[in-house]
Amino acid sequence: MGDLVSLSSTFLYVAFFIYLIATVLFAATIRDKKSKKNNDFASKLAVGTTIVGFVSQLLYFITRWIAAGHAPVSNLFEFVTFFGMMLVFAFLLLYFIYRVNLLGLFTLPIALLLIAYASVFPREVTPLVPSLKSHWLYIHVTTVSLGEAILAISFIAGLIYLIRQVDQTTSSKSTKWLEIVIYTLFATIGFVLVSSVYAGMGYSSTFEFPFKGDTRSVEYEIPPLIGPNEGVMLDQERMSPLVEAPSFLQGVDAAKKLNTLIWSMLLGFVLYLIVRLILRKRIAASIQPFLKRANPELIDEICYRAVAIGFPVFTLGGLIFAAIWAQEAWDRYWGWDPKEVWALITFFFYAVFLHLRLSRGWHGEKSAWLAVIGFAIIMFNLIVVNLVIAGLHSYA
Amino acid sequence: MFMKTITCNACGHINKEGTMICGSCGKPLDSISGEDKNTLLNMRYDGTAVRSKTRNRSIIDKIWNFFSSIKIGVTLIVLALISSAVGTILPQEMYIPQNVDAFTHYRDEYGLFGQIYYQLGFHNLYSSWWYMILIALIGISIFIVSIDRGVPLYKALTNQNPKRHTGFLKRQKLYSESETYDEDEKEQLLFNLKKHRYNIFEKDGHLLAEKGRFARWGPYVNHLGLIIFLLGTLFRFVPFMYVDDFVWVREGETVVIPSTSQEYYVENKKFIIENYGEDEAEVFAEAIQNQEGPIAKHFETQAVIYKDQSTNIVGEEPDLNQIKEGSIIVNKPLKFDGFSLYQSSYQTNEFKSMSFKLHETSDENEDAIAEFKIDLDNPENNFTFDNGYRIELDQFYPDYYLDEGQPKSQSNYPRNPGFVFFVYPPNEEEPEVSFAAIGKNIDPTNDNDYKIGLTDFEVRNASGLSLKKDYTLPILGLGAFIFMIGVIQGMYWQHRRIWFHPTSKGIIVAGHTNKNWFGFKNEVDKIFTGTSLQAIKDLEEDSKEDRSQS
Repeated sequence: MGDLVSLSSTFLYVAFFIYLIATVLFAATIRDKKSKKNNDFASKLAVGTTIVGFVSQLLYFITRWIAAGHAPVSNLFEFVTFFGMMLVFAFLLLYFIYRVNLLGLFTLPIALLLIAYASVFPREVTPLVPSLKSHWLYIHVTTVSLGEAILAISFIAGLIYLIRQVDQTTSSKSTKWLEIVIYTLFATIGFVLVSSVYAGMGYSSTFEFPFKGDTRSVEYEIPPLIGPNEGVMLDQERMSPLVEAPSFLQGVDAAKKLNTLIWSMLLGFVLYLIVRLILRKRIAASIQPFLKRANPELIDEICYRAVAIGFPVFTLGGLIFAAIWAQEAWDRYWGWDPKEVWALITFFFYAVFLHLRLSRGWHGEKSAWLAVIGFAIIMFNLIVVNLVIAGLHSYA
Repeated sequence: MFMKTITCNACGHINKEGTMICGSCGKPLDSISGEDKNTLLNMRYDGTAVRSKTRNRSIIDKIWNFFSSIKIGVTLIVLALISSAVGTILPQEMYIPQNVDAFTHYRDEYGLFGQIYYQLGFHNLYSSWWYMILIALIGISIFIVSIDRGVPLYKALTNQNPKRHTGFLKRQKLYSESETYDEDEKEQLLFNLKKHRYNIFEKDGHLLAEKGRFARWGPYVNHLGLIIFLLGTLFRFVPFMYVDDFVWVREGETVVIPSTSQEYYVENKKFIIENYGEDEAEVFAEAIQNQEGPIAKHFETQAVIYKDQSTNIVGEEPDLNQIKEGSIIVNKPLKFDGFSLYQSSYQTNEFKSMSFKLHETSDENEDAIAEFKIDLDNPENNFTFDNGYRIELDQFYPDYYLDEGQPKSQSNYPRNPGFVFFVYPPNEEEPEVSFAAIGKNIDPTNDNDYKIGLTDFEVRNASGLSLKKDYTLPILGLGAFIFMIGVIQGMYWQHRRIWFHPTSKGIIVAGHTNKNWFGFKNEVDKIFTGTSLQAIKDLEEDSKEDRSQS
């Protein structure tokens, strides 16, 4: 059985590298100014490679399922990895409708980032607690994540649209926000880097601190810029924290999470600055020339079409299947748990997106910004609600 | 009632006030000249007179118009979205510990912010009057907007005239004009259209090719589903539709199930709790090792359900008939006669009985003078012994704690029992008072000659079962099902129409779809293959290019 788990991990590594290669191949299709015939070949090669990567990741999923005896979607690592796989699947779905190579060039790096992000969390195969022992685990979770992945494609199309269309000759609100969106991607890279580098070095330092009349201890896996409130460090040789976390922060791990966040944001900022200094202009402005050949009307339609396809899938998985399972497991179909509420908020948001587009003519830039906000809501529900607002769904 | 009308100057058809496109020939009736090629026609609701856009006289019109505005509808959804998010900043009251005062909890845990949050009522946000009104307003808006737009759209689309005015065609987004057109080409077009599964309507040589009209009903179907769902949630307040209760039942015990009019009883034959241990499959070893506490594996109550068959005369003993036996497991509730029992909570090692002995305080060997056992379900009050001793159980606290030095009971469940005994030695009238609890033996006067010590105890598990009956579920399920049908119908199909208008010189072709223009344009290109028709052009993009060039 242990062999099956390591085989499964190998499939995931292979998938990761194939996606990396596919990204490069998609980049080649954009830059290729040769004949149409050549370009067709390059596109086929890029999308074919993506499919191979997807199959490898599918094998990861199946082998891990067999090894664990349950669908590997029961902790944060497994769920985010699966979300990355569904993102690739959603991309393939829309690729075969519209055949836009640019979509691959932008989707694959985000899928890679998701898988890298997932790998920072504990990767061992966990047994299921009683409330998760149900067929609805994989019916509900897979449908939700497919729905969210298709909706994420609308974010990617929206992002392409904005980079292509926002006027970069002058600094405006739009250019600033666009840079902030790009910066968050750098911050995610920062998170992955800082977590995996210090994990590789085996860094650890332990604090003791008072918590609700008790003394608790917390182990930091990255150096403390921010220590727990009134915390005492147990390892003398380690760097001591620059500041203490404010006392209003709740939860045993609050200071540790804040520390990780600050590290990610700082490192993300440094990375962003380096890239910006090399390019000597806004990052979106540097990407813009490569997108000149893209048809904005088409990108806008993909952005909308992804919402049109993803919204029913998300509703089915995130609200209806969720409610059926909640009725079986917790005796109520709806309980205003934060995760449930944020699924409802996602539903409300995309309902607004569709009404504004279909009835009030919000096309193009407005629609693209809405797609970006929608993805921010999905990510908030996936990450912040799990890690910060503890509820019935918190895995980590 | 007198109604203003507009007469079409092309065909003489009398249209209702507010109509944008003549219902018969399709000539645009708006103020802009029908020949203005640069302005695309607004095809929303096919140019029919929408009630809310035409009538604004009585108070009813004004209310109607308010709710039928998409702007208002969207605003209401955005308000619901923001307030829902506010409710997740701090845990709702139902998720804070049950045994503390809510106000104190929010103040102590979250400081001033928590206090304000509580005072604004955000700790119970989703059941607040204003949140419910907000959801109700969205429901009303959905209902009114569906009738306001749906009825005229239905009328317009079921009475389409294939022959359309050129003013209509020239202002469609997709447009093509060709010099030649003959019978062979018509045959080829009809063949291509059928291949793409278009329905063909013909009048005087004019063609209307249409497909996916039913996609236009999608929004109205999904709105209907939502209305049914929202109404379904209201039925929860009808007493017999919804029951929600909770019962503790100990192993070996049979108790009446609350909220069932004393009709049903449940017996707990055994409660099983399992954790993942060392003998699990090897794959889990690492995870189990990394986890600090035990990981729960299985909770199960082996239960029997009985129905009371007695005639309900007061004082009559219940006559229990077994109607169901089975396991109640998390994710697998036990269902009977419309009720469901869920494994919801448990208490392990609750005390069943306790055994004590009486000995002299000075006796180092603590030799028993008397021994007795207390059944905690039904404690006896008096114990008399052959050697003349007598013990009276004066007070029993099933779940005792000290409240400012006074013993009190937190609950009625024997989780931490405490006892006050009166010990009467032989031929004594005045008892010695003695307090006993687990690990405690308090002598209030400090000069007792006798002492009571715990010698043994029996424990058992208690299972917390929640009882639900919810007859609103079928209504909610129906609503959700209709919603899904509607949303798929509206989102996964599109309504496409192509008009073929022969002229003296050749033919005009115009196309319209409610969405996904890119795919539609490709399809029209395919339909034109094998004919000499000019490729269809997107007038909107052309006009943009014109503007950018000038």
